[in-house]
Amino acid sequence: MSINSEYLIERENKQYEVIIGLEVHAQVTSESKLFSQSSTKFGAEPNTQVSLVDAAFPGMLPVINEFCIEQAIKTGIGLKAKINKKSVFDRKNYFYADLPQGYQISQYKYPIVGEGKVILDMPNGQKEIGIERLHLEQDAGKSIHDIDPNNTLVDLNRSGVALMEIVSKPDLRSPDEVNVYIKKLRSIMRYLGTCDGNMQEGSLRADVNVSVRLKGETEFGTRCEIKNVNSIKFMQMAIISEANRQIDLLEEGKDIDQETRLFDTKRNETRSMRSKEDAHDYRYFPDPDLLPLEISQELIEKIKSDIPELPDEKKKRFIDKFNLSPYEATILVSDIETSNFFEEVIKNSDVKLATNWITGELFAVLNEKNLEISQSPVSAKNLSKLINLIKDGTISGKIAKTVFEQMIDGDQDPLIIVKEKGLKQESDPKAIEELINKVIENNSDKVAEYKSGKDKLFGFFVGQAMKESKGKGNPQLINKILKEKLNG
Amino acid sequence: MSEITSQSLFELTSNIKEKKLSSEEITKAFINRAEKSKKLNVYVTDNFEKAIDQSKKFDSNPNLDFKLPGIPIAVKDLFCTNGVRTTAGSKILNNFVPTYESTVTQNLWSQGAILLGKLNCDEFAMGSSNETSFFGNVQNPVGENLVPGGSSGGSSAAVAANLTPVTIGTDTGGSIRQPASFTGTVGLKPTYGSCSRYGIVAFASSLDQAGPMTKNVRDCSMLLEVISSFDQKDSTSIDYKRNYYSKELSKDIKGKKIGIPKEYRVDNMPDEIEQLWKNGIAYAKDCGAEIIDISLPHTNYALPTYYIVAPAEASSNLARYDGVKYGFRSPGQNLIEMYEKTRSEGFGDEVKRRIMIGTYVLSSGYYDAYYLKAQKVRQLIKKDFDDAFSKVDAILTPSTPSSAFKIGEKTNDPVSMYLNDIFTVPINLAGLPGISIPAGKDKNNYPLGLQVIGKPFDEQNILNISYALEDKINFKNDISDWWLSEYK
Repeated sequence: MSINSEYLIERENKQYEVIIGLEVHAQVTSESKLFSQSSTKFGAEPNTQVSLVDAAFPGMLPVINEFCIEQAIKTGIGLKAKINKKSVFDRKNYFYADLPQGYQISQYKYPIVGEGKVILDMPNGQKEIGIERLHLEQDAGKSIHDIDPNNTLVDLNRSGVALMEIVSKPDLRSPDEVNVYIKKLRSIMRYLGTCDGNMQEGSLRADVNVSVRLKGETEFGTRCEIKNVNSIKFMQMAIISEANRQIDLLEEGKDIDQETRLFDTKRNETRSMRSKEDAHDYRYFPDPDLLPLEISQELIEKIKSDIPELPDEKKKRFIDKFNLSPYEATILVSDIETSNFFEEVIKNSDVKLATNWITGELFAVLNEKNLEISQSPVSAKNLSKLINLIKDGTISGKIAKTVFEQMIDGDQDPLIIVKEKGLKQESDPKAIEELINKVIENNSDKVAEYKSGKDKLFGFFVGQAMKESKGKGNPQLINKILKEKLNG
Repeated sequence: MSEITSQSLFELTSNIKEKKLSSEEITKAFINRAEKSKKLNVYVTDNFEKAIDQSKKFDSNPNLDFKLPGIPIAVKDLFCTNGVRTTAGSKILNNFVPTYESTVTQNLWSQGAILLGKLNCDEFAMGSSNETSFFGNVQNPVGENLVPGGSSGGSSAAVAANLTPVTIGTDTGGSIRQPASFTGTVGLKPTYGSCSRYGIVAFASSLDQAGPMTKNVRDCSMLLEVISSFDQKDSTSIDYKRNYYSKELSKDIKGKKIGIPKEYRVDNMPDEIEQLWKNGIAYAKDCGAEIIDISLPHTNYALPTYYIVAPAEASSNLARYDGVKYGFRSPGQNLIEMYEKTRSEGFGDEVKRRIMIGTYVLSSGYYDAYYLKAQKVRQLIKKDFDDAFSKVDAILTPSTPSSAFKIGEKTNDPVSMYLNDIFTVPINLAGLPGISIPAGKDKNNYPLGLQVIGKPFDEQNILNISYALEDKINFKNDISDWWLSEYK
């Protein structure tokens, strides 16, 4: 795909556009659940973080966790969205073994957050994705079908954990945009500390709505919803597979049924879960155990005043203040940990070198070792020391790479490495002159050739001098003195 | 001193404080009488052994500052009691023993009361005759084969038969006031939000309230003082300053304006009810109250509104009884079959009827026509009362349209059963306090009650009016102990 082209699927001279909307379920970062005081810690023994409320014992009542409300408001502000001063918790009624109440407490008609937007940095420029709404709801428990051959087991640790459902408008048009959208959403929430965005632990999952239409068409086609996809890669695979399935149907002159589908990751295809006719009637109604949620302007203002600098603003600052390219800035702000690391490094060192070293050497190592920047084997402090060694001429960029390789092993101090290994750059003009003299003496034939006009040989002398210095000679100095000697 | 079991709460408390009686003597007297009263079928589960132990413990170090010092009390089996089986009158909770205590019962024990046992009631408080209980119907001590009213039928019968000094019931549409009226006892439904719903098996969350059931108005004020409290575990509990109802109890109601709603003169109302009401009005005038004719124009819609709202909430509240976590389970080949068998076998007909009505009125396509419309009418009914209370301090009506009927008389005619609640239901819909006091007898010598309805949080006023009327009416229950058997 070239940079400026749209994502289109081709069929015999026809081009189909893919329309995508996402319902992202993001787990609210909170010590305790949405309506009870049980812990939300991941990975505990089954059914050890379950209160009487979570297990829906008779007479138990939900009591709202105000921290979760504040987290939702914070996220709403981060999405530049309208905060609704009055919202209502509804009951979504259905039976399932891991849904102890027989209903999920959610927000249906009146969500806590209304319309907002997210800006995507695409290769061909920025794109705005509309946010339809954000609402709070309880997570269900987990049914485990593969431990006991005859029974399904239920773990209620997750039952009642607060989720934010963030519904986008159908503004996404390609798997790439979905990738960038999810990462941006995740980034904003991680900046805000409202969701850790950990997809392996299920903190971020999405229902993906997909429809297709001929390019140029303005009406939407019939959409299908692919439930509960838990990685960006699978979302992209599911979209491609589902869009092609729908196009195949249209090409055959068939209709698309509006239905809920599941993505089979092994077979890379979606399959029908239930049709529109079989859709649940959730019998939503306001939960009479909870009063409508009223939020004061004071609370909104208080939360607003606590909002940290978000990726878009940070990016602008990096460009304006540090003269970074938009591309560099986008990379550095994409994750709060990365931008924190960057800002830590440049506290005491050169911005340009820091940018190059972080996006180059450091990212390569992280990629190779599959680590997050928070797990970086080299600390910001030691990286800034290394950069300063380059900047003040103590070592060359080339030597720095050798030093960096050693630093990875236990975050060693570059000053100590340089000292112990004697890697300090030779910057004494006298010493350099001596070794250059030696090179000239040993290569009198080449000197003659050079003087007769073979300019290209200059590089040869630089190489010889560098070799003579065991790689430690200051390159600028070698250049300077060599020129003087040979041309003089 | 009169026989222990026929003493009022006030007398028993005084006798304990004056050390004329011990808690053990009182507790044993009630247990002894209960052993001879099994024919009434008031107890689902007794707690006699533990009660005697606790009474001895109380006597060994009596705290006479308590408001219920060493007083044994039996409660409706809808209140969850820690370590004592709680069934809600249903097979589906036949084996359920809570590990927690409802706030209202905890308030009793915190003031020195002792649990005598759990009293029979209609299944999940759905009924007006105690005939829907899985544990069989209760006999009204007033006469053989007469219903005690419902749903707090075990409670009303136990108070009338001197099997507990006082008790607490719950009232969703009249479940305290109607049985009080049928048994010649006093029953008060407090303002919604006055008593915590925490730990009470839910029927219809926006209507349910616990309240005292006693022999007289003074006892009623003493008990209300103990059970009414703000509770953070119930989000609908209201934080307001509660009165010392018993201390502030007064017969001086001179100048009080009492409203008489013309809409409560329903078709086919028996003459004796009409006469009872007239007598009540005359007594109120005697006491110096001013009688004012008022209109509550939407009264006719109260019953249909109630029979939409209450079943809707119940259908969702009862979804948790699914055989998965606790209570009765009937095994099946798969989850759906287990659900179907458990709920078919575990619930009785009346409960199933209401779950079906509730499920229907919340269904998509019917929600607006039924549930939403009912919520709007509910607001109109509330507004009727708001308007009336701008002119009067309280409202006087009959409690029920008839006296107690025969067991089996209405079981095949749900609608005629529902009509029992015609005078009590509007008060729940409006969230107001209402009290029923015995006020006369019909031609069969069966008790009839009058209801005093108050402004929100104005329990003191309706208690005072009732206290004044009680004195004028001078009602004597004519109970012959016909059911007593010799204890073997």
